[in-house]
Amino acid sequence: MPSLKDLKNRISSVKNTRKITKAMQMVAAAKLRRAQEAAEDARPYAERFNAVMAGLAASVGQSDTAPKLLAGTGSDQVQLLLVMTAERGLCGGFNANIAKLARLKAQELQAAGKTVKILTVGKKGRDVLKREFGELFIGHVDLTEVKRLGYVDAQNIAKDVLARFDAGEFDVATMFYAKFQNVVTQIPTAQQIIPAQFDADDADAASGPVDYEPSEEAILADLLPRGVATQIFAGLLENGASEQGARMSAMDNATRNAGEMIDKLTIEYNRSRQAVITNELIEIISGAEAL
Amino acid sequence: MADTMQFDLVSPERSLASLQASAVQIPGSEGDMTAMPLHAPTLTTLRPGILKVDAPEGSSEYLVTGGFAQITAEGLSVLAERAIPMDEMTRAHMDELIEEARAMYKTAKDDDSEHGLVEDAAKLLSDMEALGTHMSL
Repeated sequence: MPSLKDLKNRISSVKNTRKITKAMQMVAAAKLRRAQEAAEDARPYAERFNAVMAGLAASVGQSDTAPKLLAGTGSDQVQLLLVMTAERGLCGGFNANIAKLARLKAQELQAAGKTVKILTVGKKGRDVLKREFGELFIGHVDLTEVKRLGYVDAQNIAKDVLARFDAGEFDVATMFYAKFQNVVTQIPTAQQIIPAQFDADDADAASGPVDYEPSEEAILADLLPRGVATQIFAGLLENGASEQGARMSAMDNATRNAGEMIDKLTIEYNRSRQAVITNELIEIISGAEAL
Repeated sequence: MADTMQFDLVSPERSLASLQASAVQIPGSEGDMTAMPLHAPTLTTLRPGILKVDAPEGSSEYLVTGGFAQITAEGLSVLAERAIPMDEMTRAHMDELIEEARAMYKTAKDDDSEHGLVEDAAKLLSDMEALGTHMSL
């Protein structure tokens, strides 16, 4: 049975914890709004880009001269997994879910006899995957210093990935991130970025014959690397919003749990206080009776 | 004949303009062109340059650094890698862009990559410098 003083200390410590989680929840809520706005602002560009690319890919993609970024290298032996997670923890299952998806994929590919290479963005995913796949790592991108995600960050990652592709280091690249659905649901997603895949449905049906300046192939060759950067940027933004959403609901839960714990501890505290008083009374009364 | 068309200027980070325009001058990679309503459908890549928009409400200018423009029967969308409104443009901005182009040219030249890449970087650099002169900065 803990003493009254112990209980009191315990209550005040849980109260402090609740204050911290409450503050973190509010910070996450503010950041979530900003992250969502950023994701929304980026959407028109990505949508138009994909529509144009889908149209171009449909007309050029079938020919033998199609760029490697679109047609692939003709093999799928070496697979690159680009795993994007958060730089910070305390956001529920967010990092663990992405890492889990990546791990399953890696195991599946290894079982099929493929070579797997892993490139991580974000510290948390690296820490988790390093334990199991340490020897498969080919790099890590650190975004800890980045305050506000910009297109430049995505471009730098894309540049790194493309340089490795040009050097023939891998055949297929898949990107792992969490798609933001709402504050409570973030869906870990795997998306193939090289060779590029486009939804034919996205293509501008109404476009009809179009003049290309320079030629179709040249435009495609110019745009495909940008497409990789655009996809990575979209993934990063989705991830940013998901992270804040996950943190917000995790901290909301933590705040509620702390509240329940405080209630429970307070009841216990009051009961023991009552018991002490009763005990003292009994002692006084029995002492008086003995006289 | 329609005298205005829908004009959208978007960069990866945000949408910069969406309005009715009567004519837009585009710095295409194979030369400048002006798109007016009912222009033939065209897709062109951009070189670093100045995008001039003429709208009934007045004209505006943007600096773009590459990307592409899509002209359709309904209107014109410009997807620029980076776009900055002209009145926000400063000397420091320009210097930064030129510095970036110069660094790119240097790396392309140094690692002996394909000839095309070096040429592209050199062209980018000269485009950037020409742009600086044009703006008399």
